[in-house]
Amino acid sequence: MSNNKIIHWFKFASPQSFYPLAGKMIPWFWGLTAVFLIPGLWISFFVAPTDFQQGEGYRIIFIHVPAAWMSMFIYLVMATWAGLGLALNTRLSGMMAQALAPTGAIMAFLSLWTGALWGKPMWGAWWVWDARLTSALILFFLYIGFIALQAAIDDARRADKAGAILALVGVVNVPIIYFSVKWWNTLHQGASVSLTKAPTMATTMLWGMLLMALAFWMYSIAVALTRVRAIILEREAHTEWVKELDEVKA
Amino acid sequence: MNAVTAIIHRDLLLAMRRKSEVLTALFFFIIVVSLFPLGIGPETALLRTIAPGILWVAALLATMLGLARLFAPDHADGTLEQMVLAPAPLGLLVTGKIIAHWITTGLPLVLLAPVLGIQFDLDSGALGILVVALLLGTPLLSLIGAIGAALTLGVRGGGVLLSVLVLPLYVPALIFGAGAVEAHISGLGAGGHLSLLAALLALAVFFAPWATTAALRIALE
Repeated sequence: MSNNKIIHWFKFASPQSFYPLAGKMIPWFWGLTAVFLIPGLWISFFVAPTDFQQGEGYRIIFIHVPAAWMSMFIYLVMATWAGLGLALNTRLSGMMAQALAPTGAIMAFLSLWTGALWGKPMWGAWWVWDARLTSALILFFLYIGFIALQAAIDDARRADKAGAILALVGVVNVPIIYFSVKWWNTLHQGASVSLTKAPTMATTMLWGMLLMALAFWMYSIAVALTRVRAIILEREAHTEWVKELDEVKA
Repeated sequence: MNAVTAIIHRDLLLAMRRKSEVLTALFFFIIVVSLFPLGIGPETALLRTIAPGILWVAALLATMLGLARLFAPDHADGTLEQMVLAPAPLGLLVTGKIIAHWITTGLPLVLLAPVLGIQFDLDSGALGILVVALLLGTPLLSLIGAIGAALTLGVRGGGVLLSVLVLPLYVPALIFGAGAVEAHISGLGAGGHLSLLAALLALAVFFAPWATTAALRIALE
C-alpha cells in the first residue's frame, strides 16, 4: 500500500515527468499571486490607517516584511532541497535549489533596499548596524556565495552537490550568525532603535501584511517553477523527450 | 592516529621546504595591520579601540591566503586521490591536513599578534586576552575555511570565490574574537566571549572535517 504511494510521489522526482507538471502548476500559482496581491495592495494603500508616528512612509513595510520573511524561508527551502538531493541523489532536487537561489537573493536584496528607504525618514539614516539588518546582509552574502559557486562549476551534478553542502553549512550557520550579530549589537550599545518595541499593529495592517506575504510566497513558487523548467530544458537538452516537446520543435 | 601524525608531519615538512609561502602570509598580516594607523592617524586612544577589530580582520584575511594551498597542490599531483583510496578514513586525514594548516598559518599569527598589539598601545591584559582569543579562533578559521577550500577545489576563479564563500561564515568568529578583547578593555570581562568562541570551535571540530570530506569526495568524483 504505502509502497505504491512512495512510487507515485517519486515519479515526479524525474525531470521528465516534473517538467509538464510544473508547466501545469505555474498558471495556478500566478493566479494565486494575483488573488492575494490585489486585495493585499488595496489594503496596504487604501484601507490600512495612516500611522500616527510614522505617517504614510510606514506603508513600505507591506513590501519590506514579506520580502524579509521570504528571504529567510527560501533559504530554508533551498537547504531542504539541497539536503534531499544529497541524501536521495535525485537530480531534480539540485535543480530546485538552483532555481530558488536567485529568487531568495532578490528577496534579501529587496528587504535591505526597502529597509534603507524606510530607515531614512524614520531613523534618519539609510543604514544602521542593527542586528536584523546586519544578519539580513550576511544572508544576502550567503545567497551570492551559493550562486557564485554553482556558476563557477561547469559539471552540473558537481555544482548541485557542492552547492548542497554549502547550503547546509549555511543553514547551520544562519542562527549562529543571527545570535552572534545580536549579541554584538547589544554589547556595542549601538543603534537604539528596535523594531520589536514598535507599537502593536492595527488589525488591518496585519491583514495587509499577511496577504502580501502570501502573494510573495506564491510569486516565489511560480518564478522558481518557471526557472526550474528552463534549467531542466538546458540540462536535458540532449535527451529524446526534450527534442519531442512541442515548444522545442517549434 | 598514526595516519594523522603522518599527514601532519608530511605537510609541515612540505611547508618547511617552501618557507616563502608561509612567510608571505605572515608578512601580509604584519603589513595589513601596520597600514591601518597610516590610514587613520596616530591618535593612541582611537588606535586602542580599533586594534582588536583590525588584528582580527587581518588574521581572517591572512588565513584566507593560505586556504587555497590546503588541498590544491595535493589535488594537482594526485596525492589527494591516493588519500581517498587510503585505508585510513578520509575524515582523519583531512583533520590532519587542517591541523597542519593551522600550525603553519594560524599559530604564527597567534604568536605575532601581541607584538603587533603593542603598535596599537594595548596593555598587557588585553594582549593576553587577544592571544587566548586567537588561539581559540584561528583553528576555527582553518576548520571553516577547509570546507570552502574543498568546495572550490579545481573550480574556475577558485581564490576569489573561496573568499566570497568563507568570509560570511567567519562573522561569528570575528565578533566573539574581537569582542573578547573589547569586552576586556571596557571592563566587562572576556569570559563570555571566550566561552562562546570555544563552543563554536567544539562545534566546528565535530562538523567541519565531515563536511570537508563530503566536499572533497564530490570534487574528486
